[in-house]
Amino acid sequence: MSMVSNIKLIDENGLRIDGRKFNELRPIKIEVGVLNRADGSAYIEWGGNKIIVAVYGPREAFPKHTQNPSRAIVNARYNMAAFSVDERKRPGPDRRAIEISKIIGEALESAIFVEQYPRTSIDVYIEVLQADAGTRIAGLTAASVALADAGIPMKDMIVGCASGKVDGKIVLDLNKEEDNYGQADVPLAIIPRTQEVVLLQMDGNLTREEFEQAIEMSKKAALFISNLQKEALLAKYSRPEEKEEVKEEAEQENHGDDDHE
Amino acid sequence: MEMMIMSRSSDEIVYGLKRDYLEKISSGGNRIDGRKFDEYREIKITTNFVTRAEGSADVRLGNTRVLVGVKIEQGEPFPDTPNSGILTTNAELIPMASPTFESGPPNEDSIELARVVDRAIRESKMIDLDKLVITPGEKVWVVFIDIHVLDYDGNLIDASTIGAVSALLEAKVPASKVGQEDFQLPINHIPVMVTMAKIGSNIMVDPSLEEEEVATARISVATDENGDLVAMQKGLSGSFTVEEIFKAVDTSIEIGKDFRKRVFGR
Repeated sequence: MSMVSNIKLIDENGLRIDGRKFNELRPIKIEVGVLNRADGSAYIEWGGNKIIVAVYGPREAFPKHTQNPSRAIVNARYNMAAFSVDERKRPGPDRRAIEISKIIGEALESAIFVEQYPRTSIDVYIEVLQADAGTRIAGLTAASVALADAGIPMKDMIVGCASGKVDGKIVLDLNKEEDNYGQADVPLAIIPRTQEVVLLQMDGNLTREEFEQAIEMSKKAALFISNLQKEALLAKYSRPEEKEEVKEEAEQENHGDDDHE
Repeated sequence: MEMMIMSRSSDEIVYGLKRDYLEKISSGGNRIDGRKFDEYREIKITTNFVTRAEGSADVRLGNTRVLVGVKIEQGEPFPDTPNSGILTTNAELIPMASPTFESGPPNEDSIELARVVDRAIRESKMIDLDKLVITPGEKVWVVFIDIHVLDYDGNLIDASTIGAVSALLEAKVPASKVGQEDFQLPINHIPVMVTMAKIGSNIMVDPSLEEEEVATARISVATDENGDLVAMQKGLSGSFTVEEIFKAVDTSIEIGKDFRKRVFGR
């Protein structure tokens, strides 16, 4: 949010530098069960983001003092590969990654029935292989799917999307350039069933009205992505004839909502 | 269910009872220390507490005490912002402040605290970093904000932000070290952070430690003097409805107006 530039991010037709409309998502693809050793896993491509998530557990929590006698602890580890960004990132968790890991863990915990697994840990490893803005939400969205793949009981699959301000306009799902040169960024994650907010951050400058607009736009997009999560799981776990039905249903639903095409 | 009850430790039972009690009184509009939901604890600020620092503030928010020091030193600019000074924020939860704090490198709690305070100051553009250049592209002033938590009784985010803002308002750039005259740190805006906690279905500002211990969710909203939002952070594993978020934003805008006058005299 801090860089200043003269780059025009929205053209005279209201289109963004990658040709999207203000309320249009980047393409999203989710795959389930992509790793062999993990208890659950998922891979997400979201615009230029490529993120892989593994879930281990519930397993005995170590070190022992971290165990909670009445519930499982959720450890999320968000990590960016050194080669995931333009300028090589020094390997290992930096302060940003530690903060993101904390809020992703808290958000996931809100949906998991942690009281069913006392003294255990549920470990969620999020590896950003290629970054293109919006990695925390893309990682969280894939992590929910990986948790479901691991068979961990949850109220619902957490899902999210970010909105922000670019050239003075509120737009959905910022890409790298928009994130770098935009005026605000608001990542949001919700429990789709109840639409309750489980992750929310904001930086930049927004009026009260712009904030409300950003939240409503992200919420709508998140509900759309929620369907992609379910489709990805069904694609792995359903019989071939069911897969066809799911695909047809999804296509019909998507046609009804051309905002995100 | 049965297993869960059997394996509960005494701590868990005490927390459970406390949670029940605080939820019960909050449903009647009350808080454990008698405050209203939108009422802060008393704030006392002593600036220039540490005269060796370029700016400092000793903040007491109820029984929470935080000392914030600002040091301003010469350094190299970042390659992508050659004509801007640098802001950096650090927080230490030292063992003196609470039996639950341990010594050692910063953990996720102190990192989150520092980054949220930093976000409010940076994104509000409080400091005019462009005026902190000594030699363009080569030498700039680096503003270090160090947050030292001395006594922990809840709401470190707001206490630390108040401390950081107070210390920055007092801070002088030691330009005499480079043959110029010392000058007041250039200030453009004043951010105010308001943190709220959710207990049961009620949301209250400035949670004390007792309230934080049983809260399910937390939200911090920072605004500037125009009533614009500049930073936000939701915390803990509970949730807010969208309506609750909007209400929290309105509360922060309201309290921010009062604070800017009453606490910072601006």
